[in-house]
Amino acid sequence: MTATTPTSTDPGSTPPVAAAPPGVLRTAWRMWRVRIGLLLLLLLAAVALGGPFVAPYGEAEFVGTPNTRDVEGTRFGTDYFGQDVLSRFLFGGRSILVLATLSTAMALVLGVTIGLVAAYNRGRLDDLLMRTMDVSLAFPQLLLALVALTTIGPKPWLIVLIVGFTTTPRIARITRGAAVPVVERDFVGAAEALGESRPRILWSELLPNVSGPLLVEANLRLTYSIGIIASLGFLGFSTRVNAADWGLMVNENRAALSVQPWGTVLPAIAIALLTIGTGLIADGLSRASAGIDRAKGDQ
Amino acid sequence: MSAELGTLGDLGDRDDRDGGVTLSIRSLRIDVVDTGHDIVDEVDLEIAAGEVLGLVGESGSGKTTVGLAVLGHARRGVRIASGTIEIGGRSVLDRSPRELRRLRGGQVSYVPQDPSTSLNPALRIRTQILEVLEHHGFGTTAADREARVLQVMEEVALPNTPDFLRRYPHQLSGGQQQRIGLAMAFACRPSVIVLDEPTTGLDVSTQAHVLTTVRDLCRAHGVAALYVTHDLAVVANLADRVAVMYAGRIVEQGTTRTIFESPQHPYTRHLTAAAPDISGTEAVVGLAGRAPAPGKRPVGCSFAPRCELATDECRESFPPVTSPAHAHQVRCFHAGGLAHLQRPAPVTLLRQGRDEVPALSIRHVDAAYTGHRVVHDVSFDVARGECVALVGESGSGKTTLSRSVGGLHREWTGEILLNGEAMARSARNRPTAQRLSIQYVFQNPYSSLHPRRTVGDSVARPLRVAGVSAAEATKAVHEMLERVSLTAAYAGRYPDQLSGGERQRVAIARALVSRPSVLVCDEVTSALDVLVQAAVVELLVGLQHDLGLSMLFVTHNLPLVRSLAQQVVVLADGRVVESGPTERVLGEPEQDYTRRLLADTPSISAASAG
Repeated sequence: MTATTPTSTDPGSTPPVAAAPPGVLRTAWRMWRVRIGLLLLLLLAAVALGGPFVAPYGEAEFVGTPNTRDVEGTRFGTDYFGQDVLSRFLFGGRSILVLATLSTAMALVLGVTIGLVAAYNRGRLDDLLMRTMDVSLAFPQLLLALVALTTIGPKPWLIVLIVGFTTTPRIARITRGAAVPVVERDFVGAAEALGESRPRILWSELLPNVSGPLLVEANLRLTYSIGIIASLGFLGFSTRVNAADWGLMVNENRAALSVQPWGTVLPAIAIALLTIGTGLIADGLSRASAGIDRAKGDQ
Repeated sequence: MSAELGTLGDLGDRDDRDGGVTLSIRSLRIDVVDTGHDIVDEVDLEIAAGEVLGLVGESGSGKTTVGLAVLGHARRGVRIASGTIEIGGRSVLDRSPRELRRLRGGQVSYVPQDPSTSLNPALRIRTQILEVLEHHGFGTTAADREARVLQVMEEVALPNTPDFLRRYPHQLSGGQQQRIGLAMAFACRPSVIVLDEPTTGLDVSTQAHVLTTVRDLCRAHGVAALYVTHDLAVVANLADRVAVMYAGRIVEQGTTRTIFESPQHPYTRHLTAAAPDISGTEAVVGLAGRAPAPGKRPVGCSFAPRCELATDECRESFPPVTSPAHAHQVRCFHAGGLAHLQRPAPVTLLRQGRDEVPALSIRHVDAAYTGHRVVHDVSFDVARGECVALVGESGSGKTTLSRSVGGLHREWTGEILLNGEAMARSARNRPTAQRLSIQYVFQNPYSSLHPRRTVGDSVARPLRVAGVSAAEATKAVHEMLERVSLTAAYAGRYPDQLSGGERQRVAIARALVSRPSVLVCDEVTSALDVLVQAAVVELLVGLQHDLGLSMLFVTHNLPLVRSLAQQVVVLADGRVVESGPTERVLGEPEQDYTRRLLADTPSISAASAG
């Protein structure tokens, strides 16, 4: 409080500050869980994306007796087929990470659009969109993916499409739920009174105000997508014959778990850390977004 | 207030029914657990049986915190640090949680602000009242309690037929719900009752009835009542004594008549000058700045930064309690130093162009809300440079009508002409020039600004829509921010860094930046404190005068109308009941409805004169 001359209309009480209110991301960054999650995610991403370049052997290169722990020139021994476990591990993360990210991104674009349109227009369009989403929610995600993959074949684009489509309804629901109270707020009315276009209202009035719950949901969906794609790999729906894939590796080598645990443990740990990482980030974001809309006024 | 001056045993001419003090609060301090910052400090209050004490303050002054402390409650993260609270000579604060539960609702009861959220929607009202009685073991038999339910319903002037008692809260009106709240509070015959702004959100006529009920019940049953509110007019009519709170401390305390007729503390003076009065003929006067938050309070007098009398002494230490008159206490070094504030007479602009085309013309407008017709054949004009107040109770259709004018509501028929040109129903179908020429200011400044957009960007939007370049828009924005008494520095801030009054100024700046000819203000001050409200009204009057604005000012606050409107249109059930110049409509109303509305509106001057 500086000593301002009290005139009836001068609100000179606080010194000017230009700092933005801490957004969800900024608040989340201060949390240790988020930093650890991000560290894990970056680590695993580095392994998955950079792995193939540092792998000592090829993806399907035969190096020695199968299911042996101490093979000359290998760090973690050989798998059920006599391939180098470390190399398989380094090759096997790329597809899971890329496919999960792509399918989540696709679901995000579709889901957010559907959710915002439904929330803003309400009425019949809302009913139509949301009931469609509800119906598609009724199908088990994994089962739907299996049906599609067995009929058309294990194509990477199909995995992205099917995981993306099945994730869309959940994101649409969350978006709509978060956007409905925002639509009711007067600044949206102010934008309408100015005659702003519909896409602009969705994009610049609604979207920034649902970003909190949305970030949380996107991260959660990424976690689930990783799980689904790993499961598909485990069930043998990897994209190429004998391609390295963390999910598939767990399945291939589980029979020899007691003899050569590395073939199962290494990819299992990687998948676990990846989901823990994204989970920690999701959790941090949700905590950050819960405390974001402070200063509601009357208390 | 302090121990030496605690001559509160005799407080003038009030009726000492039970011959003693029922509620006594001494040196109460409530602070934040984590930081130790004081929310409330050095609070001394005493209320006798049958007496109503009005605890007045702005939001954040700590008045509700004091009210809850009487029930031995402190909200999460806050604790009652020191002091004593006694009810009938027994301390409240050293009771066990079990004893506290017995106390609350039994000996001390609480009537919360919003009855629609405080009643359990799943319980019939009979069950709800019975629950309180059972919990406190009222009477000896179930029949006793049943009888008490019927009796208390009668006391709060509600029907006690089995049919009515079987209703659920949502089947009652707001006023009836609040009466049920009162019935629950009075059910166990408490000796102390805390009422936390129980009439906020109620219409004036409903408010008048609820207040009469409160006063009668307290008098009849010798209940000591602590009435927490920000509404001075209500206090003037209801309370026997008034305590004024500022930044967690009681700055002045005395009989209602003393406080309103000869306030000694500068803050009280400002507060009374800012309160619109239905019978007064003066405009309201605002005050700059805001009360310091806990942890940011200065060493000396908390009011010093906003006080025109402040000296070094005030900045060094908090003034002690002095007693300028019998039963009147003030905490100010310069008590009585501030003369009666000059309250300007309301601006009575002449209708500039009676013959010209009116700025806004509403012709035979019918409007529906979700299929129901809520506005019936309404017609009136807003002449150029004139402010027309559209007054009505909730449900009168005033907001639907104003939203129709603003193009935010589409279900209407009839004609609305802006400068003689008919306007399309929805803003989307109106040409840009027309959209920019009529601007809307919303009721709630906490919801009308995009939280993720800087003030500058928000204010610039109308210009950007009109195709003005970014550089020119920035210049105009800075100019407009100055105009609404903010500074250009505000452009970089976000709404959550601003107070309610500042936000409303930003909303006004956004509405005015495109130089509209008509401004529609929808209850723009109802979410604001009285001093801030007065400042916003002053600003609007100034802007109207300087920019030649025509204004449609929608409000339920009849007293406020006098400060800024030249014409009044009274709306009831979607129809125009009466309209004409402000002086005439408020002074010599022709219609019964208007007369009733005026009679039910609490008045400060009428109360202190009578």
